[in-house]
Amino acid sequence: MRLVAIGLAAGFFGALFGVGGGIVMVPMLIGVAAFPARPAMATSLAAIGLIALEGVIFYGVRGDLRPLDALVLGVPAAAGAAIGTAVQQRLATRTLTLAFSALLFGVGIRLFV
Amino acid sequence: MSSLIAVTDGHVVIAIVVGLAAGVLAGLFGVGGGILFVPALTLVFGLEQHNAEATSLLAILPTVAVGSWQQRRYGNVRWAAAVALGLAGIGGVVAGGFLAVALPESVLRRLFGALLVLTAVQLGWRAWRRG
Repeated sequence: MRLVAIGLAAGFFGALFGVGGGIVMVPMLIGVAAFPARPAMATSLAAIGLIALEGVIFYGVRGDLRPLDALVLGVPAAAGAAIGTAVQQRLATRTLTLAFSALLFGVGIRLFV
Repeated sequence: MSSLIAVTDGHVVIAIVVGLAAGVLAGLFGVGGGILFVPALTLVFGLEQHNAEATSLLAILPTVAVGSWQQRRYGNVRWAAAVALGLAGIGGVVAGGFLAVALPESVLRRLFGALLVLTAVQLGWRAWRRG
């Protein structure tokens, strides 16, 4: 029952913002469904696959999809994510994370104004 | 914007580099690809917010496939829970999707900007406390 509520929230966020919904799913799996951190992240990733697929069908039916743009962006990103995850332990220092956080903050403000 | 692809031939290399960079950052800092794909698609590819969000969801799929494959080796994925989450997600996707297309472009873009700022604060706070 808790998983149903979490899935609904993640799907809503995912389709509204075009993201996977991990931002709401991981904390809820840990806080509401008592998942340990690593299984929460891994399980969320698999669920994001289904939610993104549902979103693709929703927007695809409406004709909002740009398949070639998604290909040009998504395939290099998949390779990049494999690299990023592999070097995560060695490279993700606190300073680097704070810098990345500042970058996201800046882009967020840029979109807002 | 009637063409099938927003990036013209001269910009395909830039697009691929942006995709690669977004993937590395997502993997490195443990954020989803979408949070970077959507602004990349609007600010670099020049798509409108609705098209960018739809296209981001499709671009997420290869990234998630690779990520799940990597995680599978460690046995961390609880598959029954993942399927339950995904199936329950259908209702949320339909509601969120209809809300997104009902909202004006400018409102949706600002809401996404707010989401980015919140994510940045959450990420920064975690890193700050860890240090």
